[in-house]
Amino acid sequence: MASSAEGGALSDPGDLSIETRDLCLWYGTFQALKDVTLSIRNGLVTSLIGPSGCGKTTLLRCFNRVNERYGYVTTRGEIRVLGKNIYDADVSLVALRKSVGMVFQRPNPLPLSVYENVVFGMRLHGERGAPKKKDMDEAVERALGEVGLWHDLKDRLTMKATSLQLEQQQKLCIARLLPLKPDVILMDEPCSALDIEGTRAIEELMWALRGRYTILVVTHNMAQARRASEECIFMLLGEVVEHSPTSDLFLAPRDARTAEYIEGRYG
Amino acid sequence: MIPSPAKFGETQAVRRRRREERVARAAFGVMALVLVVPLVLIVSHLVAQAFPLLSWDFLTTNPVAGMRKGGVWSALLGTIWLVGVSLAVAAPIGVLTAVYLNEYAGDTWLTRIIHLAVVNLAGVPSIVHALFGLGAFVIFAHLGRSILAASLTLAIMTLPVIIASTKEALASVPNSFREACWNVGATRWQTIRGIVLPNSISGILTGVILQVSRAAGETAPIMFTGAVFYKKIEAGNPFAYGLKDQCMALSMHLYTVTTQVPDVPHALPYAIAVVLLGTTLLVNATSIALRVYLRSRKKW
Repeated sequence: MASSAEGGALSDPGDLSIETRDLCLWYGTFQALKDVTLSIRNGLVTSLIGPSGCGKTTLLRCFNRVNERYGYVTTRGEIRVLGKNIYDADVSLVALRKSVGMVFQRPNPLPLSVYENVVFGMRLHGERGAPKKKDMDEAVERALGEVGLWHDLKDRLTMKATSLQLEQQQKLCIARLLPLKPDVILMDEPCSALDIEGTRAIEELMWALRGRYTILVVTHNMAQARRASEECIFMLLGEVVEHSPTSDLFLAPRDARTAEYIEGRYG
Repeated sequence: MIPSPAKFGETQAVRRRRREERVARAAFGVMALVLVVPLVLIVSHLVAQAFPLLSWDFLTTNPVAGMRKGGVWSALLGTIWLVGVSLAVAAPIGVLTAVYLNEYAGDTWLTRIIHLAVVNLAGVPSIVHALFGLGAFVIFAHLGRSILAASLTLAIMTLPVIIASTKEALASVPNSFREACWNVGATRWQTIRGIVLPNSISGILTGVILQVSRAAGETAPIMFTGAVFYKKIEAGNPFAYGLKDQCMALSMHLYTVTTQVPDVPHALPYAIAVVLLGTTLLVNATSIALRVYLRSRKKW
């Protein structure tokens, strides 16, 4: 799986899901990421924290190259996902995005039925013609089961996904990725539109999904990073300041800027 | 010293502002109503004057006796053909252009040029379109004065508005839907076909259909390129015209009857106008019905 010999600082390269090396990114002339070098371990929940505009979301969007859809983006440096440099010429964006899915701040179910939302990806990537009904039924049951929606929605699969509660919509957005068998799930402030109960449910879900998927979650909520992640990355002004196990970062930050941020001095 | 007024009481300034508010509201309301008055007057006047002539036979018989008697069949059918053919040309080109501009193209010098062209094309007077059509289609492309040449001229005239309205309809589809698609690995075309078009189709159709009524009413673009004063065709046969034929058209017929033919019965021009108006109203009503139907199926 991993071909990178250099490896990351934290552990041996076979464990790494995402590595970046000297990653720089510009929106036009504004540099949003500065020499980001990171090693994100397989199967963990890693959180990205930092004040607004520090480049968390930008970094997240690099990992499935969806940034390129937003215009005027230039990148330099290297990103390896599962050992493969995703800027290599032979990388298919479709295959990459299939393997690295994203969940957004506002739940964005498609204006289709619950069932069609879950099988949307399967239909896109079907080899020839539509996938078999039986396969789709199984995938829907498995995906909704994994996110804990099957019990509530099994009799309402034909209802419009956009009329679900927000929490259910967000879970559905996660479930939508699962039939594609992703390796990495990127979450961009997945709870910021949800209430306390919804937030708890999504955090529990992240926890339940870890191990099977590598989860990278951007959050504005430091307490959430502390509760729901195993490793934590602190970013400031486009740079990675600190990357450590979550408990270390919050209890014994190595960098003075991290310490001040988690104390709430700025941001 | 006057005792200070109670808290929250009305001061002079507040009273003045409230008076202004009332005046503004009344003024805007009256203006909006003024808009309705001419429409009602025009339509009722037309129908009242045209009433003696209106009948099914008026629609289905050719004009006779130097266009002083008979119906409007050949003109009505001509208008339908002109509009239909121009729509068949303009709608696909316009919609596909708008999809390209809104979904594929970034903000480059090329798209800016296309934009500029669209906006300026929309501002060209219809008589100029007519001259262009005469030069390009009738003479240069050797189509001659024909339904095809006139329809192409109308198509060029309606294209920019179709492009603009389609773009607007596409832009009204929330970006979060597109993001959702991209992030499960959908190509742009899969995103467009699966999500963007189904959710903007009502807006697109409305924009396209509204251009039909505009095309039906135009006289200038067709009078040099394919419409004639008088032509007799087989009554009741909807395929009495061919693409290479010249044709009559309602708008042109109305112009001819009112200005070129002496001793026309008083009600005739009114009746022609009512038929023209009725045709466009029918098309608009279809568009509204379609929009209501498609809206009812879309929820987000």
